[in-house]
Amino acid sequence: MTTGPLLAVRDLRVLIGGRHILHGVDLDVARHGVTALLGRNGAGKTTTVRGVLGLVPRTGSVRLDGEETVSLPTHTVVRLGIGYAPEDRGIFAGLTVAENLRLAERRGADGPAYGLVHELFPELKRRERQLAGTLSGGQQQMVAIGRTLLNGNRLIIADEPTKGLAPKVVTEVAQVLERAAEAVPVLLVEQNLAVVRRLAEHCAVLADGRTAHQGPAAELLGDAETARRLLGVGHGPVTRASSVEADS
Amino acid sequence: MSTATETHQRTGEDRTAARAPGNTARLLRRWWPAAALLVLALAPFSALPLPGLLDGPLGSPGSLQLLATCLLFGALATGYDLLLGRTGLLSFGHALYFAAGSYATNTLLLEAGLPFAVSALLGVCCGIVLALVLGSVSLRVTGIGFSMVTLAFAQAGSILVSRNPGGLTGGEEGRAAPAELLPSGLVGIENTANLYWLALAYLVLTLAVVHRAVNSPTGRVWEGIKENERRVEVLGLKPYGFKLTAFVLAGALAALGGLVHLLLTGGSTPQTTTSDFTLSLLVMVVLGGSGTRWGPMAGGILYTWADHRLGDLAGSGAVAELPAVLRVPLSQPLFLLGVLFVAVVHLLPGGLARLPSRLAAARRGPAGPETPAKSKSRKENGRP
Amino acid sequence: MSTVVLLTMTGLGLGALYFLIASGLSLIFGLMDVLNFAHGALLSIGAYGTWWAASGHLPGAGPGGAGFVLAVLFGTAVGTAAAVLLELAVVRPLYTRPREQVLATVGVGLAVPALLSGIWGSDARTFPGPKALSGTFGLFGAQVPVNRLVLVAAALVVLVALRLFLGRTRHGLVVRAGVEDRAMVTALGIDVRKAFTLVFAIGGCVAALGGALGGLYFGSVDPRQGTSLLIFAFVVVVTGGMGSVSGAAVASVVIGLVQQFANYYTAAGLGDLAVVVLLAALLLVRPRGLTGRLA
Repeated sequence: MTTGPLLAVRDLRVLIGGRHILHGVDLDVARHGVTALLGRNGAGKTTTVRGVLGLVPRTGSVRLDGEETVSLPTHTVVRLGIGYAPEDRGIFAGLTVAENLRLAERRGADGPAYGLVHELFPELKRRERQLAGTLSGGQQQMVAIGRTLLNGNRLIIADEPTKGLAPKVVTEVAQVLERAAEAVPVLLVEQNLAVVRRLAEHCAVLADGRTAHQGPAAELLGDAETARRLLGVGHGPVTRASSVEADS
Repeated sequence: MSTATETHQRTGEDRTAARAPGNTARLLRRWWPAAALLVLALAPFSALPLPGLLDGPLGSPGSLQLLATCLLFGALATGYDLLLGRTGLLSFGHALYFAAGSYATNTLLLEAGLPFAVSALLGVCCGIVLALVLGSVSLRVTGIGFSMVTLAFAQAGSILVSRNPGGLTGGEEGRAAPAELLPSGLVGIENTANLYWLALAYLVLTLAVVHRAVNSPTGRVWEGIKENERRVEVLGLKPYGFKLTAFVLAGALAALGGLVHLLLTGGSTPQTTTSDFTLSLLVMVVLGGSGTRWGPMAGGILYTWADHRLGDLAGSGAVAELPAVLRVPLSQPLFLLGVLFVAVVHLLPGGLARLPSRLAAARRGPAGPETPAKSKSRKENGRP
Repeated sequence: MSTVVLLTMTGLGLGALYFLIASGLSLIFGLMDVLNFAHGALLSIGAYGTWWAASGHLPGAGPGGAGFVLAVLFGTAVGTAAAVLLELAVVRPLYTRPREQVLATVGVGLAVPALLSGIWGSDARTFPGPKALSGTFGLFGAQVPVNRLVLVAAALVVLVALRLFLGRTRHGLVVRAGVEDRAMVTALGIDVRKAFTLVFAIGGCVAALGGALGGLYFGSVDPRQGTSLLIFAFVVVVTGGMGSVSGAAVASVVIGLVQQFANYYTAAGLGDLAVVVLLAALLLVRPRGLTGRLA
């Protein structure tokens, strides 16, 4: 199956502790480039990602390349070819950088792509034996993204990879994601609209646990009125984006 | 009896009170505890033989002694569930407060020679103070840490008792209570009926206290703590005080139970201080149905009865002649109860109390797993 | 002086026994958040398995020499199998209900000693062992029982083996990572449940070995031995930090020594008391344990 979206989420619902977090999310991730998942805080972006991976109990339909995954356990879903960089980076603080990467190795046709990871993040090679807990935020994010590039994944999911990073590092991360997206489609959860503008071709917007908008990224970000309504952006996307960048 | 049926029952009661007596089923539902109480209260006057269930006729001292023990443990389990099922606290040290009630009273009788009423009052107070002090310390930690602190304190108590400091506890032998200081109506085999009524009264008291407590505003906070402690904090309430209240109330009920046990068995035994004793309470509660009104009581009664009867069965000739494969497990009540417990945890979440509603759901036919009652009970049981 | 040496060696022997129980307990709790109340039962199974084999029931096994080694291997294997069975049949089906997992192990912890006393009686049975291990040896003027040394040596071997396993193998890596963040391990495509079975197998194996060698230490086996050691193992686990094998090793030594010396130099039983009070105190002072895993 080579037509249609790579990842097709339909009516995804998540119920945690008796509370509905998601009420029916629809999401298409394109076969090429970056698809951004946007929305205000608490709209359900991270839960959507976790639902896709099966890290939270979910119902609905999640098809990866046509294959239904909604009833599969997390490790099986991931083995279908998903690289995941979670919101809190999911770094194992007590393990070294090398061990963090080694843990992510999966048996594949070509073996782990350490060449690519070390080329993109030479720092990780230098700090191989350092405990990951002692890395800076940016370095930890490099480990998190490095893990997703290690295997020949079909999809990379990055949940707010630029959150809490210095502006210079944000640019670095964005560059890496841009390069990764040339080979592998990326689902990017992002609050930083400057990054979205730079990377994303498609986007979906969540509001209150539902999909509120889907379409080309340029269309949404170009329309100040819609962007304001959906994302709660105060003074148009441009100023907001730059202010976000200044914040971080 | 799920919370759902309980609510239903309560509203049902109100309606019956408002309307004239109509529905027999509803009447029965309202009055069965009273009827059961009446039957239990009259049991000593009956000579009804219950072969299989009891060795002698119902009113015989042997049967009454066993029944009284059953009622006592039914009450203890009910009190323990105040922590486990109502507040979500997994304490492994409940035996301590039970033993404190028994040993403190006994020691005051034996060593200070105080009158029974004074000793009993002070003994129970000892248990309460102990619960207050150790509870206020234990509750500083949460989760499994709390369980282990309570276990550690109880174990310390158990070691103390078994080391027999100053000859106060009698060590491994325990100590018999001084019969001359006990109320004469509660001593001797001819007064077993009185002891039985005492145990029954203790059970009724415990049930009433627990019922009142869980339906009070405090009880609703306990429920909230059990569901999600953080959410209670968000509401501006401090869970610590509420948890301590539950802990002390449960400890007080246990200490009172220790006093009843002292009278019932005529002494204090170190077995009541062990962590196994607490674990057996845990088994009773889970067996019967944690967090339900009648479940812990049913579990306590059933467990105690089964423990005794299986023990008798093991000694009987019928078992001795069985092949080893059957004889060995049947001769060990704890083995059977342990296995039953594991089975209930796996197959019947919510315990025996949930059985009627499950059977009813099954009888209603294969309506799928998402019938409201069932999904509710599953949610409740699924909670860690 | 000779008393101090004897107490030290006995304390170390006891500490070694604690370590053999606590290391598995600690790994299981660290990885799965399951406080395994059946862990003492696993020790008892190992002890009885060894006793059974060494008493001449297993061809080739016996109380002396190679026969005893075979008996210990047999007991350890039975304990390992029991642990795997426990994980697969009792703990795994309750994966989504953590509290019920603990309750189920409580049930097993009650049932197994009862079954053992049903089969072999509730009284202690004399534990057969090689002559070479039942004697004593002179050390700084003290006559130290050899079995203390056997226990310490076994514990050291287990410690090194566990450290190598955790540090050098992929499975060990998965276990260490799982102790930190189980969900993230699955999100890397790893079936963490296999690690669960593995830590149960390791824990059962080491505890059963502890049972086999504990038989030498106590000179007898009885059904409640494992359960009574369990509480001290809890103390070790909490003191050493959940999920930390090295922490458990250090804590075992400390607890074993404190207990022996306090029991000898103060009133009998005060050492036991001191240790359980230490557990409470530690939890209260550092409610999160030493590794921050204990909530």
